[in-house]
Amino acid sequence: MIVRIATEGQYRLADEAVERVNALDNEAVAAVEANDEPRFTELFGRIIALIRAEGIPLPEDELHGSDVIVPPPDTSFEEARHEFTGDGLIPD
Amino acid sequence: MAGLTGRFSVVVKSKISKMLDRAEDPSETLEYSYQKQTELLQNVKKGLADVVTSKKRLQLQSQKLEQQVVKLDTQARQALAAGNEALARTALERKTTVQAELQGLDGQIAELESQQQSMIDNQAKMQSKIEAFRSKKEVIKAQYSAAEAQVRISEAATGVGEEMADVGLAMQRALDKTENMRARASAVDELEKAGAFEDLTQIGGGEDDIDRQLKELSSGSQVEGELEKMKAELSAGGKNAGELGSGDGPAAGGGTAGGESA
Repeated sequence: MIVRIATEGQYRLADEAVERVNALDNEAVAAVEANDEPRFTELFGRIIALIRAEGIPLPEDELHGSDVIVPPPDTSFEEARHEFTGDGLIPD
Repeated sequence: MAGLTGRFSVVVKSKISKMLDRAEDPSETLEYSYQKQTELLQNVKKGLADVVTSKKRLQLQSQKLEQQVVKLDTQARQALAAGNEALARTALERKTTVQAELQGLDGQIAELESQQQSMIDNQAKMQSKIEAFRSKKEVIKAQYSAAEAQVRISEAATGVGEEMADVGLAMQRALDKTENMRARASAVDELEKAGAFEDLTQIGGGEDDIDRQLKELSSGSQVEGELEKMKAELSAGGKNAGELGSGDGPAAGGGTAGGESA
């Protein structure tokens, strides 16, 4: 699968790794819902680290849409709480 | 895929498809987007330059305060040596105030410094991202003109559209951060312009009241000293009266030649 870390770049990631990202992602959502900022920060950091460590960066001359787009690495808890909607995070 | 990334993907993708639908001529849209990115990068650079200027101004301020600390310390010693404990205490009290101010200022400078560094890194990343986008847009423009590549285009268009949105997002965030920093730097700057540090550095500029009192003390004791000496010489009688005229300079014993050259 092709995964993009927003504001950073695209990676090719094995399906098995994407599943792990997904699992962490669900935990991160739970942390946001529980208003647990440290937990969110930790989980989100693990998601980013996993993609960077196990993904293979897509060459610059390859043009593909991504299967999954992960929010920017510096996403704040506050932004996550707003579920990444609205104009703040994604400009037109 | 549910969750944060799932939702984020959906939002980004819907924005991209809206953007692509709106585009009548992809080449033009890509060029416009590239131009806009370059402009935004200029803004980020300008913002950083402002922050650096503010930081330098604060650093100068901090140096002045440091000199002030040294000066007050010296003054306290001088006052104490001259036996004026009250004056020494005043100088030390001021020194404490200046030191506290200095600590606050240095903290702010350090914070600006680390933010500035991360912005410089960020700026370099932006630069290479825009460069990458530039070559990608050339790829898609070339493909677009070849009619037989239509099928590949749609996939590539999504890819480049996504890239375009992503560079846009990255630029936006870089700008926001720069603006935050700029605001913070200018807030401290305003304080400085409003003279918040003025009182403290004024003490350092030129002669202050402690200086004057110290001078009075030392000139006082100098006068006393000379008086004492004169008294002693006078009381020694008229036999050494000539020495009074030659003064007490180092050349006093060297005869008239030394006196003339001085």
